[in-house]
Amino acid sequence: MDLYSILREFADSWALLALFTVFIGVILWAFRPGSRAVHEDVSQIPFRYEDRPARAAPAAGVKETGR
Amino acid sequence: MWDYIKLAVLAAIAVLAAIAANYAHDLAYMVNALTVMLAAAATFVWALRTAGDVRVHPEDEYNDGVVRAGAIATTLWGVVGFLVGVIIAFQLAFPALNLSDLTQGYLNFGKLRPLHTSAVIFAFGGNALIMSTFYIVQRTTAARLWGGNLAWFVFWGYQLVIVLAATGYILGATQSKEYAEPEWYVDWWLTIVWVAFLVTFMGTLFKRKEPHIYVANWFLLSFIVTVAMLHLVNNISIPVSIFGSKSVQLFSGVQDAMTQWWYGHNAVGFFLTAGFLGMMYYFVPKQAERPVYSYKLSIIHFWALIFLYIWAGPHHLHYTALPDWAATLGMVFSVILWMPSWGGAINGLMTLSGAWDKLRTDPILRMMVISIGFYAMSTFEGPMMSIKAVNSLSHYTDWTIGHVHSGALGWNGMITFGVLYYLVPKLWKRDGLYSLSLVNWHFWLATIGIVLYAASMWVTGIMEGLMWREVDANGFLVNAFADTVAAKFPMYVVRALGGTLFLTGALIMLYNLWATVAKQPARAGLGVAIPAE
Repeated sequence: MDLYSILREFADSWALLALFTVFIGVILWAFRPGSRAVHEDVSQIPFRYEDRPARAAPAAGVKETGR
Repeated sequence: MWDYIKLAVLAAIAVLAAIAANYAHDLAYMVNALTVMLAAAATFVWALRTAGDVRVHPEDEYNDGVVRAGAIATTLWGVVGFLVGVIIAFQLAFPALNLSDLTQGYLNFGKLRPLHTSAVIFAFGGNALIMSTFYIVQRTTAARLWGGNLAWFVFWGYQLVIVLAATGYILGATQSKEYAEPEWYVDWWLTIVWVAFLVTFMGTLFKRKEPHIYVANWFLLSFIVTVAMLHLVNNISIPVSIFGSKSVQLFSGVQDAMTQWWYGHNAVGFFLTAGFLGMMYYFVPKQAERPVYSYKLSIIHFWALIFLYIWAGPHHLHYTALPDWAATLGMVFSVILWMPSWGGAINGLMTLSGAWDKLRTDPILRMMVISIGFYAMSTFEGPMMSIKAVNSLSHYTDWTIGHVHSGALGWNGMITFGVLYYLVPKLWKRDGLYSLSLVNWHFWLATIGIVLYAASMWVTGIMEGLMWREVDANGFLVNAFADTVAAKFPMYVVRALGGTLFLTGALIMLYNLWATVAKQPARAGLGVAIPAE
């Protein structure tokens, strides 16, 4: 088979499946248990560091809630 | 050491540009080479005067200087772009205004039209996006922009792209690809600037202090990365001479057309949509003083949008040499795209839930909300027009132009105005805007202007579509093309008036923003000391 046909066949079989699986996976991941608390927390990000950057990197797992 | 390298490079660029101008094969190339020479020389003088200076980039402060410059550039380019738009609208209504004898055709519609589209999309929209990106990524990562003065390189490099492209169009340098008109050397330079933009953005993300990457940054990153990809693929061309502006495209025929509209539609999708949605997801919550309605929905919005948009381009090529299956694919994806678009629009609008009363008192928020409204309307209209049966009527008519402008003036324009009104008092530490009633005036002038524009284009678009397909009992076409041109005259006048109202609103904004910086007292009670930058 020529290169075009190989790529074409790959694109509308495995590549399509892979893209679709990733997409569905992302949606399911957004609805994972416990995501609500995370999302409520991160939706507050625009309100945290209005005037200046954070002073130091927060320790892993510790959420800084403001300056 | 770095200062000396910089001086040597700038001097070399200036000399090489002078040599290139000397050997130039055409006027556009010569003027562009001279522009590069002057830009390099001016930067050389600046670099010489500041050589050896200690440059401070305090990590506990945001780099807002470049955002201020972006706000100025956005406002000024906006006014220029709208002005050229009004001029060409009047040229269409009154062809004598081309002044062909006086200007030898240099300022006729065909020259000014790409100048208008590039000025509003890339100069006004692009500066708005770069400015917002630099502002948002700092606030949402709690980190100063990465790369010291690299952000300034991005800003000035991008202005050079605009100047080279604009002067090139007037003097005849164009590769005749819609929204990708700039010739090869401008494309190469834009690639360098854009990589610097990506690196600045990614560098800031990497050193973020906020563990989670806020959703606005996802949209902004997808905008930067996708535009880079589109730009590279659509501009694969070989220069005829390194001393001339002309280049030859590598693709030809329908492949070239498909590549162009893959580029063209994703420029809409990722430049004018994803990038501006990044602005929406930061500035609307800020102005409404409440978090986005549903963060979950914003995640789904993001992934659905970027998975779908990239396939929608073929709807620009219905009933052409493009294979039917490709056109159908483009149509189907365009229609599906309606869902994430409206999901995002609903998410933006519902951010105001519980705070709708603010719309009565806050014209800035009103501007942002109407922009989301126009986003919803034009993302409904677009998929509808991509359906083949509708497209057979709408294609090549003014309906398309009306659709583009309800998206560009309504969505991109209005949200940018809202962002400028939000940012300028913050960036210059002023105690609020100079005048809210002037914002009100701007809001209504712009809104009525858009309504006049879109409504007149619907009428004239559908009218000419129907006139073109009208056949008599014997199967002959009833109307000549010139008949449709004559019939469109009243609508063209209305459109030009709508544009004039929109431009007037922008001029009011220009005055209001200037007065905010010049006349408003400094913001009282600042929590932090603000050093001069």
